[in-house]
Amino acid sequence: MANEIIQAGLANMAFIEHSTENFENYKAHVAEYTLERAEELTGVPAEAIREVAHAYAKADRAMISWTLGITEHHTGVDNVLSLISLALVCGHVGRYGSGLNPLRGQNNVQGGGDMGAIPNRLPGFQDIENNHEAREKFSQAYGVPIRDRYGWHLTQMFHGMETGELKYCYIIGENPAQSDADSTRVRSLLGGLNFLVVQDIFATKTAELADVILPGSASWCESDGTVTNSERRVQRVRKALDPPGEAMDDQWILTELAKRLGFDWSYPTSEDIWNELRSLSPMHTGMSYARLEELGGIQWPCPEEGHAGSPRLHERLWADPVQGMLATFVPVHDRPPFEATDAEFPIRLTTGRRLESYNTGVQTEKFTSPLHVGEFLELCPEDMERMNLEDGEIVRVSSRRGSVESPVRTDVRLRPGLGFMTYHFPDQVDVNVLTIDAVDEKSGTAEFKACAIKVEKLAKGEQTMTAYADRELVAGD
Amino acid sequence: MSDPVMMTPKRMVEVEVDGQAVKVFEGQTLLDAITKVGIETPTLCFGDTLAPKNACRVCVVEVEGARVLQPSCSRKAEPGMKVHTNSERVRASRRMVLELLASSVDLSTTSVAPEYLAAYEARPEKFGPQAPPDTHRDHHRAGHSAETDGQLAATVYQGKKIDNELYMRDYSKCILCYKCVDACGEQWQNTYAISVAGRGFDARISTEFVVPLPESACVYCGNCIQVCPTGALMFKSEHDLREEGEWREEEQTVTTTICTYCGVGCNLELHVQDNSIVKVTSPPEHSITHGNLCIKGRFGFQHAQARDGAKK
Amino acid sequence: MDIKLLDVAPTEVEKGAVDLLLGPPLSGWDGGERDALTDTRVAEGGHESREDRHLLLPVLWAVQDRIGYISAPALAYISKRLMVPPAEVYGVASFYMMLATEPSPPRVLHVCEDIACKCLGSDDLIATLQERFGPEGAVSTDGRSTWHRSPCLGQCDRGPAVLMMEAGLEPFTRTYAPASSGTAFASLAEEEGVVGTEPAVPNQLGDPSLRLLRRIGVVDPWSLDDYRAKGGYDALRNAIALGPAGVIREVKDSRLMGRGGAAFPTGVKWEAVAQQPARPKFLICNADESEPGTFKDRVIMEGDPFSLVESMTIAAYAMGTETGFIYLRGEYPEAERAVQNAIDQAYDRGLLGDDILGEGFTFDLEIRRGAGAYICGEETAIFNSIEGFRGEPRSKPPFPVEKGVFQKPTAINNVETLINVLDVLMKSGPGYAEMGTQGSTGTKLFCLSGCVTRPGVYEVPFGGTLRELIDMAGGVPDGRELQAVLLGGAAGSFVRADELDIELSFEAVREAKTTLGSGVVMVFDDSVNMHRILQRIAQFFRNESCGQCVPCRVGTVRQQEALARLASGKPRESVEQELELIAEIGGCMRDASICGLGQAASSAVESAIDRLGVFKGGAQ
Repeated sequence: MANEIIQAGLANMAFIEHSTENFENYKAHVAEYTLERAEELTGVPAEAIREVAHAYAKADRAMISWTLGITEHHTGVDNVLSLISLALVCGHVGRYGSGLNPLRGQNNVQGGGDMGAIPNRLPGFQDIENNHEAREKFSQAYGVPIRDRYGWHLTQMFHGMETGELKYCYIIGENPAQSDADSTRVRSLLGGLNFLVVQDIFATKTAELADVILPGSASWCESDGTVTNSERRVQRVRKALDPPGEAMDDQWILTELAKRLGFDWSYPTSEDIWNELRSLSPMHTGMSYARLEELGGIQWPCPEEGHAGSPRLHERLWADPVQGMLATFVPVHDRPPFEATDAEFPIRLTTGRRLESYNTGVQTEKFTSPLHVGEFLELCPEDMERMNLEDGEIVRVSSRRGSVESPVRTDVRLRPGLGFMTYHFPDQVDVNVLTIDAVDEKSGTAEFKACAIKVEKLAKGEQTMTAYADRELVAGD
Repeated sequence: MSDPVMMTPKRMVEVEVDGQAVKVFEGQTLLDAITKVGIETPTLCFGDTLAPKNACRVCVVEVEGARVLQPSCSRKAEPGMKVHTNSERVRASRRMVLELLASSVDLSTTSVAPEYLAAYEARPEKFGPQAPPDTHRDHHRAGHSAETDGQLAATVYQGKKIDNELYMRDYSKCILCYKCVDACGEQWQNTYAISVAGRGFDARISTEFVVPLPESACVYCGNCIQVCPTGALMFKSEHDLREEGEWREEEQTVTTTICTYCGVGCNLELHVQDNSIVKVTSPPEHSITHGNLCIKGRFGFQHAQARDGAKK
Repeated sequence: MDIKLLDVAPTEVEKGAVDLLLGPPLSGWDGGERDALTDTRVAEGGHESREDRHLLLPVLWAVQDRIGYISAPALAYISKRLMVPPAEVYGVASFYMMLATEPSPPRVLHVCEDIACKCLGSDDLIATLQERFGPEGAVSTDGRSTWHRSPCLGQCDRGPAVLMMEAGLEPFTRTYAPASSGTAFASLAEEEGVVGTEPAVPNQLGDPSLRLLRRIGVVDPWSLDDYRAKGGYDALRNAIALGPAGVIREVKDSRLMGRGGAAFPTGVKWEAVAQQPARPKFLICNADESEPGTFKDRVIMEGDPFSLVESMTIAAYAMGTETGFIYLRGEYPEAERAVQNAIDQAYDRGLLGDDILGEGFTFDLEIRRGAGAYICGEETAIFNSIEGFRGEPRSKPPFPVEKGVFQKPTAINNVETLINVLDVLMKSGPGYAEMGTQGSTGTKLFCLSGCVTRPGVYEVPFGGTLRELIDMAGGVPDGRELQAVLLGGAAGSFVRADELDIELSFEAVREAKTTLGSGVVMVFDDSVNMHRILQRIAQFFRNESCGQCVPCRVGTVRQQEALARLASGKPRESVEQELELIAEIGGCMRDASICGLGQAASSAVESAIDRLGVFKGGAQ
């Protein structure tokens, strides 16, 4: 698309010259991706690509929104970079109605990163290795020295478990035993730890592997605090319910744990904790609880009280002169999925979500919905016919890593050779037994969106699973 | 370089409401002007996040020079208009609209109904005893009606529709304000599971061929419940508690928080009774989704109160 | 838009009916055969299909005409072809009386039960059908036929009327009027040789003063050549000589007022549309003549269809409207065939389409067939109906000249109004204005029906009296006394026998607090039970209310109930209280309804009470 836009003379040269760098290299790089080449690589007709390219380039305002179909690949970062370059070519960034908009899958993915729950940053995206001043500031505030090296991301942690470097683990609110790719391996690694603590609102499959389970609270309705959404808007969550039984507020659990480990934090309120964060993270400094309340949330950066927040982060690129760094074109190459299909595993499996369900289904299995239909391997009508399969039939689905039984059904939105499954119903069909943990080396995200599988009909009496409709709901009471 | 989105310049328009001069922006409605001078206007089909449908006609006002009364919710203010909100003509029409509705529809869960009926001294009983429910109502032919002797006042009463565990539809309470259709369709959800079907007094909200919701395009976002002014559409949890006589609104707390399910950041209002969530709404004035949610935000709360495991 | 459909596949017959109108689907996405190679990479058809929503009513008709009802699979297929959600398609289909949304036999006899036919024996016809065929909706033993009651079929000059609609490979709809019970049964039994109606011949045939009716009964309605031989298309030549602005000037100077009921100056409307900057613009002929007692447009369209095509061409030339629709009620199959033939011939001779008469202007004209909804005679309801939505009126403002059909500037005129323009262009505006009165220029068509000796359409200059008009039609039958006259139709009002000297002009009837409406003059002699007539009028409005606004949707029901109580002699408290209630309901409907239907729904009833004294010891 970018090449077509450039070749057709539709690139926004005023923006490119004013606000970006490395365009000439990029231009030369994408020149080899002609419409014909793109058709060859993607199967999408050249004319259709041209139509979209021209529509995008000519639009007064245009936005690119995406979800995990872009990022859950071993080329996830490259995919995002290519979208960024496309937006830069047209100048569709930093203005109302334009921009790049990754729709995050959880209510606080952004907030987790903002708060430093990533291996290379302190709260407020302050670099651990390179930002000496920030490290000093946090060391002083916390009263413990902050180490000057990055931590591990999830994939590295499992690698650490494999090599024996990581022996103890404390997991809060995550279910990797079912959510991570190649789950057979994940479960064996978690099971092999010397000590595992799981803090969650449910006794999940991961919790079953734990030495200690700490029943936590549902943060969105049983606890006070903040979350940050996809548009960097910090909003308040408020306690509406008392947690059931012995479940405790996560803040209380952590404070209590600190106390038993010898640190008396004197039970701060969520606002106390937030105010400490504001004192350490410049981009949050202007966001008092009172202002968050009044304005219905504030988008960072908001460096001081009285600052209205920043609805458009990259508005700076339009300033004259540009504030901060120029936007850089990063050329990337097309790389196919890590695992190619072949004669033995001829179908590419992609995984995703359905509207009414959420990730491993721990939360969403608890409400009864007409849309809940359980897990299916979905195939196109042509593949169904070729393999002589009927809707609802139970088949064996296998990859190089494992094998599951699953019902199949037709979905006309798919094309020959492509199958779709979710992992919302892992207790019914453990889909992540099939997926591959080929990870993007930059993001650490696994390629949930592409692995090679085969589908086999089951002979009578061979099947072991029961249909979802016949099962008793795990839900409920 | 400049931002391509600019504020369109707006003029002010001056109108007179019950003798008081008031200025509003060009494009604003008579209702905006009337509200601005502090006069309250009854509304039923008006929803602030939806384009005015002006179907109920309870907000009509008298505009000097106009042949008929004007719906204040949708009539744009024009310079020099002289508006009367409390003339006998206005009161008579509003009273009759309320009487027509209250005599044909069950308004028992329309929160504003008692206040409006009292304010306009409406006497819906003057049309006689109400006709019983009609189970065939969804299948009436357009343009046909049975002969009547007039001794019973026709009603829209029919049985409740309970075809899923999330919400129920009781069209005996429907005033046909079109808000659910607009919220389901092009104005918000773009799902188009329901439409107005039939015609005249037999007009009704319906899926295609009256199929149950699970066979329709419904995605259970519940945005129709959010905008329903009469309780014709209701959380099943609310309906069941009401049936058991356990719905105690005065004891409920309403807490605004953020949905847990994705990164959009929809605001939820959790209605809690006895430490249980009984209903979820979303603030219509919030700029993220203007009161709209998806199935998970609206109904996905059960997990928070289905955790016996945690008691171990 | 993601459209979810019921899991039902259309039959080849259903698919064929839809595809015949829409052409073959573009891809697997809009209902065609799936091509796994292309359809899984590109979804074709979305934008194109959505732009075709205006074909929804025609395509529903295609299915109705083919299989006799809108089946679930056919509806799903339509939904996919036009990308209109199925719930909305159902909402539209169930709005119209002539479209069935539940299984129905292919042949349906619609039997008029409206006021004019009531005076001519339709109650007896219905009673006979009930007795010998079965109740309304009963199906014949061979499963082929059924019957239903119908509102006014526009055959009031020759009732009682019935309309047979037959679905099939060669669908056919035909009117029988007057219809004896013998005709009705023969039609239901598919007997050969049952003769349908012919175009009406005016009782004034040969009268040299006729303007609008002068060719009817004289010209061959199927022949363009004959039309031209009788002066046809001279007016268009004059128009071109005058130029668009000149045409509008003449129409303004003629002081021609709209004949649909609202009496708005036609030239002013045309000028407003011509001056609108937005493009494209549209011209609509309102031929949805559904006002009970009205049949003048039918007489014109059946007897002189080319005159309508020519006058619309002139209007289009004057305003620069390149697309025109004739919204023609579904109850007029004979008129539709005649006008369709006129359009086809005009295209063949370069009188429609591109570069008309080599003058470089374009005008495309097509018929849109209504499907049984009185409300679709309301101009904004027509827009919704043409666009493929439910025929519900819109709020005004904005007005049609600014935002009409497809939200574009639209001129909408009644059939009679349009053909007057031919006369304007032959005589010049001032020349035309010499006829009639100061406030009402030209001639007017009146539909005489009910208890008159010679019912039919009469053309008279404005300014005569009601008495003269009734006398032209021969007055009431010998031995009968005139009891009341309904002016303007169900939405009009009654006048007494002692008020026959009312002058027939817009200004005089306004003064007399009545209306000419669409030109209905329905005469009731002393044999007519006015209670029955009023109950039918009330039921008519109840049945025809679109249901959008509360005053009309419920008010029409409450009005009907109160009248029923009065007619049966069982008022709730007292007759006075009931009359007061009717006045209160009427006040709210008149003041607070969205459109003219609700605003006029109590007009005839209230005039009968106040003017005739019905229920007050007056007429019975």
